[in-house]
Amino acid sequence: MYSSLLRTPGDWFADFEQLQDRIDELLGGRAATSSIRAVGRAGAFPALNVGTWAEALEIYAFAPGIDPKSIDVSVEKGVLSIAGERPAMNNAGAANKSGSEERNVYAQERFTGRFRRVVALSEDADPSRVEATYRNGVLKIVVPKRESSKPRQIQVASGS
Amino acid sequence: MQGQSNTAMQTQQGQQAQPSQQHQVNTRQAPALLPPVDIFEDGSGITLVADLPGVSREDLSIGVDGRNLTIEAPLRLGEADSLVSVYAEVRANQFRRSFELSSDLDTARIDAGLRDGVLTLRIPKLEQAKPRRVEVRVE
Repeated sequence: MYSSLLRTPGDWFADFEQLQDRIDELLGGRAATSSIRAVGRAGAFPALNVGTWAEALEIYAFAPGIDPKSIDVSVEKGVLSIAGERPAMNNAGAANKSGSEERNVYAQERFTGRFRRVVALSEDADPSRVEATYRNGVLKIVVPKRESSKPRQIQVASGS
Repeated sequence: MQGQSNTAMQTQQGQQAQPSQQHQVNTRQAPALLPPVDIFEDGSGITLVADLPGVSREDLSIGVDGRNLTIEAPLRLGEADSLVSVYAEVRANQFRRSFELSSDLDTARIDAGLRDGVLTLRIPKLEQAKPRRVEVRVE
């Protein structure tokens, strides 16, 4: 169902790809050829998945715990950017009642601070009709394709 | 932070390498995403905050098996079937992470809340484990 974008679990090759990614990450390696404005940087926040279908390009940004109003999505010259800030919740949010109390921190892996990610849109994308929705911590951005680039059936007229 | 010696919770990083978990129905554990967490402790308990984007309340499962706390949830985006992936940084559709709880924590009174893909777990300490001020009487 959602395997198209997130890979089927147990995918034999996915394990190798993950290993490859991990090696790339460690060695700072990159794919040999990529778009000049390609999305990249493994481990950046928010993580992005991009998918395409006949009608639109869909970008999923995994940005949990952010006020949707504070996310800035903009398109300029074919480059879509997602920017915002995730405040540290340590002293606010969860345990504000014990603000003055002594606290031990055992793990602090979650991203905090300002973020900005950019995606170069393909030529067939129509940036004038971008739509963004935020649900369960995932920002979904739909960029419709231009009418002219959509696949269409051409009627063959019978020459009489 | 890493150097804390008496960590009340120990992170089990090597999940895939542990086939001993009985509640797993799959013969082989599917690759799962390890959600990043913040863990802090105050006098009355431990708070765990985990990033679980794309997880809805109904799908989230938090299990306590003895001293083991496991957070498990499928990641659902609800995209169209015809969508073809062109680029993916998130390459699994399941989150899973386990923690070992120390015996001073009250596993029966864990409180969980999920909002905008962020899970907040509150694990209170057992009454006898809470720090207490001992009055020193002046004689």
